[in-house]
Amino acid sequence: MAQTDIRKLKASNRRAGRKIRGTVAIAVLLTVLGIFMLFPIYLAVMMSVKPVEELFIFPPKLYALRPTLDNYRDLFDAMHQNRVPFSRYVFNSVMVTVSVTVLQCVFASMAAFVLAKCRFPGSKLINSIIVISLLYQSNVIYIMQYVVMSKMGLIDDPLALILPSVASPLALFLMRQSMSQIPDSIIEAAKVDGAGLFRICWQIVIPNQKPALMTLIIFAFQASWNIQSGSLVFQEQYKTLTTAAAQVATSGMARAGVASAVSVFILVPPVIVFILAQRHVIETMAHSGIKE
Amino acid sequence: MAKEIRSAAGKKRGLWKSVKQNRACYLMLAPFMLFFIVFTVIPVAMSLPMGFTDFDMVQKPKYVGLSNYTTLFLSDKVFIRSIRVTLIFALLTGPISFALCFLLAWLINELPGKLRTLFTLIFYIPSMASIYFVWQIIFSGDMNGYLNSFLMELGITTEPIQWLTDSRYVLGVTIVVQLWISLGAGFLALRAGFQNIDRSLYEAAAIEGLHSRWQELIYIVIPSMGPQLMFAAVMQIVGSFTAGAVAQNLVGFPSTDYRAHTIMTHAYDYGWVRYEMGYASAICTLLFIAMYICNRLISRGLSKYND
Repeated sequence: MAQTDIRKLKASNRRAGRKIRGTVAIAVLLTVLGIFMLFPIYLAVMMSVKPVEELFIFPPKLYALRPTLDNYRDLFDAMHQNRVPFSRYVFNSVMVTVSVTVLQCVFASMAAFVLAKCRFPGSKLINSIIVISLLYQSNVIYIMQYVVMSKMGLIDDPLALILPSVASPLALFLMRQSMSQIPDSIIEAAKVDGAGLFRICWQIVIPNQKPALMTLIIFAFQASWNIQSGSLVFQEQYKTLTTAAAQVATSGMARAGVASAVSVFILVPPVIVFILAQRHVIETMAHSGIKE
Repeated sequence: MAKEIRSAAGKKRGLWKSVKQNRACYLMLAPFMLFFIVFTVIPVAMSLPMGFTDFDMVQKPKYVGLSNYTTLFLSDKVFIRSIRVTLIFALLTGPISFALCFLLAWLINELPGKLRTLFTLIFYIPSMASIYFVWQIIFSGDMNGYLNSFLMELGITTEPIQWLTDSRYVLGVTIVVQLWISLGAGFLALRAGFQNIDRSLYEAAAIEGLHSRWQELIYIVIPSMGPQLMFAAVMQIVGSFTAGAVAQNLVGFPSTDYRAHTIMTHAYDYGWVRYEMGYASAICTLLFIAMYICNRLISRGLSKYND
């Protein structure tokens, strides 16, 4: 499989007049840039496995002489000492990420299908509002969102971590772009066969949108996993894993080593999701290429 | 909407009929729109009237006319400085990060499959990581800072440089870190865009006499990637105009001499720290307007590629 891929690419490169030297040069350049990009991450990992006494040697070392997992142990110990059990944070994080990711994908897919493939009174207006609101999906609206949520009595309610992220214009926009590539004839044919819009959306369109769905999942997971629950819920039992870990990092007892352990620990799940999803995206694209 | 209503006024019955016919459409839109209106439209719409009030979250908002805006422009020296900081910051990080996204996505696309996946991951990881404290240690002002120790070992400097507190370096350091985390959604969109270009176009171009990758970029890639380019531009605008978190976490809040104090940091200060929501709303409204204008300018620039 990989063999034929490479052979195909080589053949295609030859036809396109590519030289292998250029490709090697690009790989070298990207490797150098990649090392620069990864350097801080590498440092974070190294510092998280350095024992205390190594954190302050001069000149600072780029690696740990005697790597240890003490910092991670301290992190979990500190989280255990809170009034709520560690499993509660895990449960909260899973609840928030799963519900935000699922609801975001479902709501955005249905809305995107209608906006991409149907003409009805108001559809143009909504389309242009979505494009404009891409600009406003950021920390600029957090302050006003907070005011609205406090009026609704959502502050210090676990729903405060889920509901604001459920409708994501970014997700809707990406999905709509992807769905508008589907030929109208497929949908017309399904209509002639008597399928309703809802069924067309769920049984014909969405199953064919794996790459777009994976992209949505990457973004939704990332946003909900990193959600800063600190200003929205105050009770310890509603806080997410990332918030609890960040609390340990900023509380007085923490050392630089524990802070590194926290950030590595927070970074790992999104990276795993990204790796899994990206492979899927590439795979799906490869399949569609072979069909042609 | 207004236009639609006007044209519909004559044939109200026709509109009602087509609304009824498309009931399924509205039903499928409803869940998204409900949450979108409550958590995005209302907050954005509210910031405009709130900007004319004095509101501290405890007492009822009190109408104060334009006084928030006059204070902002006439007596709030920190705000005037934050406009300058934001402009410098946005004009540097916006275009540079956009160019970085584009160039890296292009270069990665020139590699065989496995390496593409690897490099996409490598360049995307920083946007997922919030490791400001590592940057703080890299730029730390004592000899223990990695950069200082490196520079001193090479003999470039003899004294450690106060990267995070010296007002000459604060903004520069913030820009470097912002660029480091800026390869996000826009970068991925461009990656996918490059991947979607049909390879047979390149082959055809070679037959037509285009031989360098550079020529391909100009004649094939850019014309067929209008939508992705626009999307990435919007993402980078939002990122650079609303940056504030990096500076707050890196060089402290407030930063030395307010050198890295962006408009967003100013809004954060009044909204979250002082609970002067009216004033914070006025700042946010101005930011919305600036972002909107910037967006219009870019979409006009790219419109020839956009269909």
